[in-house]
Amino acid sequence: MPTVSRDEVAHLARLARLAVTEEELDLFAGQLEVILASVARVGEVAAADIPPTSHAVGLTDVFRADVPRPGLTQRQALSGAYETEGGRFRVPRILDES
Amino acid sequence: MSTELTRCSAAELAGRIHARELSAVEVTQAHLDRIAAVEGAVHAFLHLDPEAALSTAAAVDDGLARGNPPASPLAGVPLALKDVFTTLDMPTTCGSRMLQGWRPPYDATVTRRLRDAGVVILGKTNMDEFAMGSSTENSAYGPTHNPWDIDRVPGGSGGGSAAAVAAFEAPLAIGTDTGGSIRQPSALTGTVGVKPTYGGVSRYGLVAFSSSLDQGGPVARTVLDAALLHEVIGGYDPLDSTSIDAPVPPVARAARAGATGDLTGVRVGVVSQFRGQGYQPGVLRAFELAVSRLRELGAHVIEVSCPSFDHALPAYYLIAPSECSSNLARFDGMRYGLRVGDDGRHGAEEVMSLTRAAGFGPEVKRRIMLGTYALSAGYYDAYYGQAQKVRTLIIRDFAAAFERVDVLVSPTTPTTAFRLGERVDDPLAMYLSDLCTIPANLAGNAALSVPAGLSDDDGLPVGLQVMAPALADDRAYRVAAAYEAARNAAEGGPLSHRVPEMEVVG
Repeated sequence: MPTVSRDEVAHLARLARLAVTEEELDLFAGQLEVILASVARVGEVAAADIPPTSHAVGLTDVFRADVPRPGLTQRQALSGAYETEGGRFRVPRILDES
Repeated sequence: MSTELTRCSAAELAGRIHARELSAVEVTQAHLDRIAAVEGAVHAFLHLDPEAALSTAAAVDDGLARGNPPASPLAGVPLALKDVFTTLDMPTTCGSRMLQGWRPPYDATVTRRLRDAGVVILGKTNMDEFAMGSSTENSAYGPTHNPWDIDRVPGGSGGGSAAAVAAFEAPLAIGTDTGGSIRQPSALTGTVGVKPTYGGVSRYGLVAFSSSLDQGGPVARTVLDAALLHEVIGGYDPLDSTSIDAPVPPVARAARAGATGDLTGVRVGVVSQFRGQGYQPGVLRAFELAVSRLRELGAHVIEVSCPSFDHALPAYYLIAPSECSSNLARFDGMRYGLRVGDDGRHGAEEVMSLTRAAGFGPEVKRRIMLGTYALSAGYYDAYYGQAQKVRTLIIRDFAAAFERVDVLVSPTTPTTAFRLGERVDDPLAMYLSDLCTIPANLAGNAALSVPAGLSDDDGLPVGLQVMAPALADDRAYRVAAAYEAARNAAEGGPLSHRVPEMEVVG
């Protein structure tokens, strides 16, 4: 049965870019452990020779004619931005300068 | 008069609007009045746009007055749209703080098709955040209440769409079904809800939760209304590479044929896995009664075992969170939506984490972390890989079953509507709501829920689930329409009209 520690929750939260509080670490550790114990039942199925299905319909490459069609204008693309600058998205610094 | 209009079926309203006996404007106004009266108790909508709705309706009336044919069989009929489809003229929030007030720069294909068909969009309906949940309690904007008992949940994630239709706020609604989010709310609110075959309705502009499972579909009070809406929104879309390039199954014709009440020669399989322990006795009795009605209509009923269905729930709760953890990575606070902590001190990565912490509710966070876990190196094969194999076994069970029968039936959900708050602290208990609906999502075939009377132990609605093979959606409609007609005849009218009167404001 899988166990989930507070440290593991903190690690998962970091991977998923989720800031979590101390209380959330406790809450999620308990809940994820219960959920994982339940979903781990998929392991009971003997399926060594069963091919996996990633998608309900057999996906194949889909082609279309290579003709241009209108996309979003710059203004439309920026319409939901928190902040823009010079017609571009303004984002916080991405390199650690401190 | 206006009360009477809100009780009509979409087909009847459309017929009278197109015959110029009624105007689309007065039909829309009647529904807006009904919304004003009951919305305080139901809270089905996150956003309403009465002016746009009335102007769409007026345009339909104008066209008809000029002698133009109606744009579709549903032109002029009001509809409630789940807030997970993008709309140019209305916010799209997905029930999340992350997208509070977000105005998308494009319409979803479903939205576009509704507009082109002259359907009157009244507003956007409440939902569990990003469609994750079975009660609509995970909405950041407060829960929707079940019109049958406002202390109970309407199901989820599409509780707003189902409740709007059950409360006569709209004759039609659109939902999305990833693990049962159309069918389970329909069962809990006494409405008809359909998950079309995967790929039958375009996902372009449907904000993604689990891309290999998500599917839009109709919600209505009658099987025929659902079919008419299915035909408006269905069909190939070059903007969705997973949409099926084939004609929409003839679902309206099937609904009309079914309503004549003859199921002679139709082979119906009762799924033996979906009974017994954990099922509310009143739900099972209503289900048995429904099966005996199918027999009376001439159907040949046998029991069918689908052993892999026992593992559908755990497989789903690995696959859906895995896809969710990937899809929801796009909410990073950079290009649209919420941004938190951008104070010049925090870098982009910190702003991202703070934004996601503030923007997502607990269930979304749980699923993102669960998916992140299942996809991690070292766990991938045991969890995600194994779940994908279970998916194959479920598809094989369906294939074997459909060699012996035309459709499969089961209760839509193990219990009737539960009380608000009852399952919020117990995610696993909440997940069990989707026990019977999940296999059809994993396999991609068509399935629907049709009202099957009231549970005799609590007087709340029960749903009969009818599952059909992929691209044979019409079969499910035929059986459901026949059953609906027989149930209505035996019980003196549609179940939807037995919803209790709500306290009307004003």
